[in-house]
Amino acid sequence: MEIKKPPSKTNLLISRIGLSITRNSEQAAKAGKKRKFLPGTLVFHFRPRRVPHAAARFTQTWGLGGIALVLVLLLFSTGLMLKLAYKPFPDMAYDSILTIQRDVHFGLWVRNIHHWSANFLAIVLFLHMQRVFFTGGFRHPRQFNWVVGLVLFLLVLASNFTGYLLPWDQLAYWAITISTGMLDYVPLFGGWLQTVIRGGPEIGPSSLLLFFAVHTAFLPMGIFLVMMFHFWRVRKAGGVVVPMMPATEEAQGASTPVFPDLLLKELVTALAAVAFVLIFSAMFNAPLEMKANPGLSPNPAKAPWFFIGMQEMLLHVHPFFAVLVIPLLMLGGLLALPYLNDASPAGGVWFYSAKGRRMGITSAVAAVIFSAAGILGDAFLFDLTNALPALPSVIVSGVLPIAVFSGVVAIFMIFLQRRYAADSNEMIQSIYIFVMTGYVVLTITCLWLRGVNMALAWPWG
Amino acid sequence: MKQQKKPKETEARPVTPRRGFLNMLWWALGALAIAELIGLVVAFIRPGKKASQKEGYGGLVTCGPTSDFQVNTVTAFQRGHFYLARLKSGGFMALSRKCTHLGCTVIWDEKKSHFECPCHASAFNLAGDVISKPAPRALDYHRIIIENNIVKVDTGKRIKRQRFSDDQVTAV
Repeated sequence: MEIKKPPSKTNLLISRIGLSITRNSEQAAKAGKKRKFLPGTLVFHFRPRRVPHAAARFTQTWGLGGIALVLVLLLFSTGLMLKLAYKPFPDMAYDSILTIQRDVHFGLWVRNIHHWSANFLAIVLFLHMQRVFFTGGFRHPRQFNWVVGLVLFLLVLASNFTGYLLPWDQLAYWAITISTGMLDYVPLFGGWLQTVIRGGPEIGPSSLLLFFAVHTAFLPMGIFLVMMFHFWRVRKAGGVVVPMMPATEEAQGASTPVFPDLLLKELVTALAAVAFVLIFSAMFNAPLEMKANPGLSPNPAKAPWFFIGMQEMLLHVHPFFAVLVIPLLMLGGLLALPYLNDASPAGGVWFYSAKGRRMGITSAVAAVIFSAAGILGDAFLFDLTNALPALPSVIVSGVLPIAVFSGVVAIFMIFLQRRYAADSNEMIQSIYIFVMTGYVVLTITCLWLRGVNMALAWPWG
Repeated sequence: MKQQKKPKETEARPVTPRRGFLNMLWWALGALAIAELIGLVVAFIRPGKKASQKEGYGGLVTCGPTSDFQVNTVTAFQRGHFYLARLKSGGFMALSRKCTHLGCTVIWDEKKSHFECPCHASAFNLAGDVISKPAPRALDYHRIIIENNIVKVDTGKRIKRQRFSDDQVTAV
């Protein structure tokens, strides 16, 4: 007969440490009432035990929020690595990037991951915003979380913008020069703000140091804090938005355990996202042009792609409207959105209703046609400035074209409303789609369809 | 009902003015503290004066004797970020190389004899006036000092203008 050995001192110590990590008491362990490790951890402060069946469906959210988080984590980790080798001074910055790419093991790959993750993050967040909007996730009780999400989006754009300067190549230098140059057109405080952002009259050593500090300390900290708040509010609102009225009685009570069903899906999505970014970064290098030369502007010089829509607008309307009035109206509109819609029971349904979907498609098509017509018309047909030389340019290139364009859009919207007998929510959605599509068209035009001297050109021409 | 309400009001009344005032004072102090903090941060991040007192760009740049510069020519001064132009009249202008559209560096095109912005195709004539858009106004210029026939340019301040006029030219 074998006698069971009493556990050694070392084993006891290990088990006590283990219990302290899993937050189990020794008494509970002896009584066999052990906490399950995973359900007891931090994960379940963000997740309930069970979620409605619909919330666990991939197509309800497309996992966009989760993918964004994965990208942020990738950015944090690769950013920390790059920070070990990067030197934020104009005469050293470019060379330190070259050093990272040439001499640091996996340096090129790490920089690529950082670069592509940042770009993907801006896209994924934009899509996430559309998902939340089109499934009604910005309505009660999630109104304020929409605002928090917008703040996060702006912080990420600021991160992308400040990060854009750091390689100190021609692309970086001139993109930041002309984007901050746009501030010249903002009346009263624009010039002052420009000097503060640049740390002087031109992009130089002070700008680089400022951008570096903001990019590597202020913004990551801000993003982390606001992100946690954002997630907490999602949990407090009862998880992601799902249809309030399921189609069948059967579906009404159906729920899925978070562990393992939902977490497994999330893990798969996260791993797929990581794999995609890593492979993409191994295949495509982040751009790096010649070292910045303040005396030599490239032709054409374009703003970073996420602000390029404004540069396109600047080509068509008076700067006061292009860089101040229209962006502020768009931002204000986005902030006000959750407070314009009434609390409708249609939350969780894509595009609000079948009618809303049809109207949305019509609206998107109209936006593409109208904005393309506007761009082409401005390039080839009308020359208002020469036709009406007597009037001030604020009127000729600002008020007048905007009034005409808005008039045409208003007529279209009235037609849409009559045609579909739409309610206010469907109308707001149509206008939202129109504005978003229009801005995307502007972005694509300036990014890919403008060549030398910013003239319209085919990207392959 | 009316009798019940009245004593409540009288009860609250003697407390209100002083407490209300003190509460207001607290809020005002809090607001003042926040304003001070914002002011401090802004003052801290605002660029100091040192940048404009250094050699080269931001200071006084000596270009050379007036006879070195032919009429109708442009000389680039990389160090001072400006072009020294000698107009038909024989007068000098120190033009900032920054395009007034979005701040790119303009290039002097000898053949076409005008300044051209490579970024968005704005063009300016010898005196800095806009020939073609999108630039909204003439190139900025710097003050010129001519002492003993030596041309010096004060790059500390860029002077903005809508269009060219004769009083911007420094005669020899």
